[in-house]
Amino acid sequence: MSEKVTLVDPPSAGPVAHEDLSLLNEVSLCTPGDSHLEMCIQCGTCGGSCPSASAMDHTPRAIFAMLRAGMRDEVMKSNTPWMCVSCYYCTVRCPQDIHITDVMYTLKNMAIKSKMVQDSTASDFSRTFISYVKNYGRSFEIGLAGIQNATHLKLAARLPNMIPMALGMLTKKGMSPLPPKRIKGLDGLKKILDRAQELEAE
Amino acid sequence: MSEYLFYPGCSMESSAKAYYHSVMSVCKSLDVKLNEIDDWNCCGATEYLSLDITPAYALIARNLALAEQQANGLNTIVAPCSACYLNLSKADHYMHEDKAFGKKINTALAAGGLHYDPGQMVVRHLLDVVINEVGMDKVKERIVKPLTGLRVAPYIGCMLPRPDYNKRYSDSEHPYELDDLLRALGAEVIDFPLKTACCGGHMTQIGPDTAFELIRRLISSADDYKADVLVALCPMCQMNLDAFQGQMNGYFHTNYHIPILFFTQLMGLAFGEKPENLGFGSEFVSAHEAMQRIGVQTPLPDAAKPAPKKPAGLPMPPARARAGQKITIGNEEASK
Repeated sequence: MSEKVTLVDPPSAGPVAHEDLSLLNEVSLCTPGDSHLEMCIQCGTCGGSCPSASAMDHTPRAIFAMLRAGMRDEVMKSNTPWMCVSCYYCTVRCPQDIHITDVMYTLKNMAIKSKMVQDSTASDFSRTFISYVKNYGRSFEIGLAGIQNATHLKLAARLPNMIPMALGMLTKKGMSPLPPKRIKGLDGLKKILDRAQELEAE
Repeated sequence: MSEYLFYPGCSMESSAKAYYHSVMSVCKSLDVKLNEIDDWNCCGATEYLSLDITPAYALIARNLALAEQQANGLNTIVAPCSACYLNLSKADHYMHEDKAFGKKINTALAAGGLHYDPGQMVVRHLLDVVINEVGMDKVKERIVKPLTGLRVAPYIGCMLPRPDYNKRYSDSEHPYELDDLLRALGAEVIDFPLKTACCGGHMTQIGPDTAFELIRRLISSADDYKADVLVALCPMCQMNLDAFQGQMNGYFHTNYHIPILFFTQLMGLAFGEKPENLGFGSEFVSAHEAMQRIGVQTPLPDAAKPAPKKPAGLPMPPARARAGQKITIGNEEASK
C-alpha cells in the first residue's frame, strides 16, 4: 500500500457555491414579516396539500426551486400563484414554516408589475373588485360578477347559467342591483391608498 | 352584557343578509352588544393582496385605526366573516411583527389623518367569541327548542383555523369548536372529514372547473354522511356551496341537495326565534324539507309552492311543438 495518493479537488459542487439568490431575496423582501422562503427543503408537502395543484403549471415546491435557481421569467409567467385559493393548508403544514400563501401574493404582485401575467382572468377579477372598493369604499358583488363573466370568453359560455343565479341573488337574497352607498371618508381613504401606492413603488 | 366593536364586512349587507339578521338575533339573546365600527371599509378580501401589497394592508389597517379611535375602552373587534377576520388579524400581526412594515403602513394611514398602534386591537371571529367568551353554559341556558333529529355537517373552512396567528382554535385542520356548539344545540353532528377543506374561494369567478370540483368534494362528502344540512360560518363559503350547488350538479351530472345554513341561523332557531327573522328562505338550495323533518316551518321554496291553476282558455298547441311536427290539440292521450 505504498501507492501515492494524489489528492484532487472534488468535482465542482455545482451551482451551490456561486448561487445567485437575488430573485429569492427580492421575493422575501417584498413579503411582510419573515417569510422563511430561503428555508425550503423541497419536501413537496405544499403541493401535496394544495387543493388546486392540478390546475397549476408548476407545484409550489417547483416554484421555490425555480426562485432559488433565478428563473425569473418562468416564475413570473407561471399560473401557480393565480390558482392559489388562499386555503393556507401549505402554510400550516410546511415543516420549515414558510409563509407560502403570502409568498404567492408577492409573486402575483411581481408578475403584474413585470407585465408577464399570461392569463388575465384572475388579475382582471382582482382589478375590478378593487376598482369598486376605491370608488365606494365597499365591494359590489353583483357588479363584479357581471363584469367578470361578461368580459372573459372562457367564462361567457356559462352566462346562460348565471342568469337564474343573478335573479336568485336579487329575489331570494334580496341583493340590490345598484352599487353600494359610498363611505363618508372616501376622500381620506383615497389619500391613504395613493400614499400607500407611492410607498409600494419606493 | 358583554360589548364588542363590530366589523360586519360587505357581504353582510348584500349576499349574506341571512347571516346579518341571524347574528343580530343571536347576539341579542346572548346579551352581546355589537358596536359597528363607524365608516368601516371593505377589507379587500384576497384581491387587493394579489395586486398591491402595501395599499392592501393600508386598506385593512384603516379599519383597525378607526376601531382604535372608537374603542372607548373596548379592545376586541368581532368579525363574522372568515376572510374579513383573517385580513384584519393578518394586518395587525404583520404590522406588529415587522416594525418597518408597520411604520410604512402608518405612513400611508397618516395621509388620511389616521394611525394604528399594532397590537392594540384584538380581532376575533364570532364563533370564537360565542364559545370562549360567552361560553357554552350561557348558550345552553338560552336553548328553548333543541335541534333534536337534525343531522348537520359542521363546516369551518380555511381562514378561521389557518394560519390562526393567535392560536385560538383547537386544531388547524380538525378543530372541534363548531362541532361542540352544534351538539350543544341538540343537533346530531357528523364527524365531517372535510370540515376545513376549501370552498373554492374566488375560483367560481376565475376557474369554474376548479371551483366546481372543490364544491363537489364538500357536498358529496356531506351527502355520504347523510347530513340534512351543512353549517357554514363565512359568507363566501355559504355562497359558493349554496348558490353554485346547482351549477356544480349540472357540471358533474349529479343531483345533490344539501342546504347550506349559517351557524347563527341554527342557534337562533334553538333559541326560539322565528325562522323568518333568521333569513330562512333566502338560500338557493332550500332548507324547507330538512327543517320540516324536525318540525320547523321555514319559508317554502318557489318550486314547492302550489302551481297556479291554469285558466281554462282556448286550446293551445303543446309548448314543444316544432315546425313540421304534427300538432295535437286537446287531450293527447285520447287522440292516440
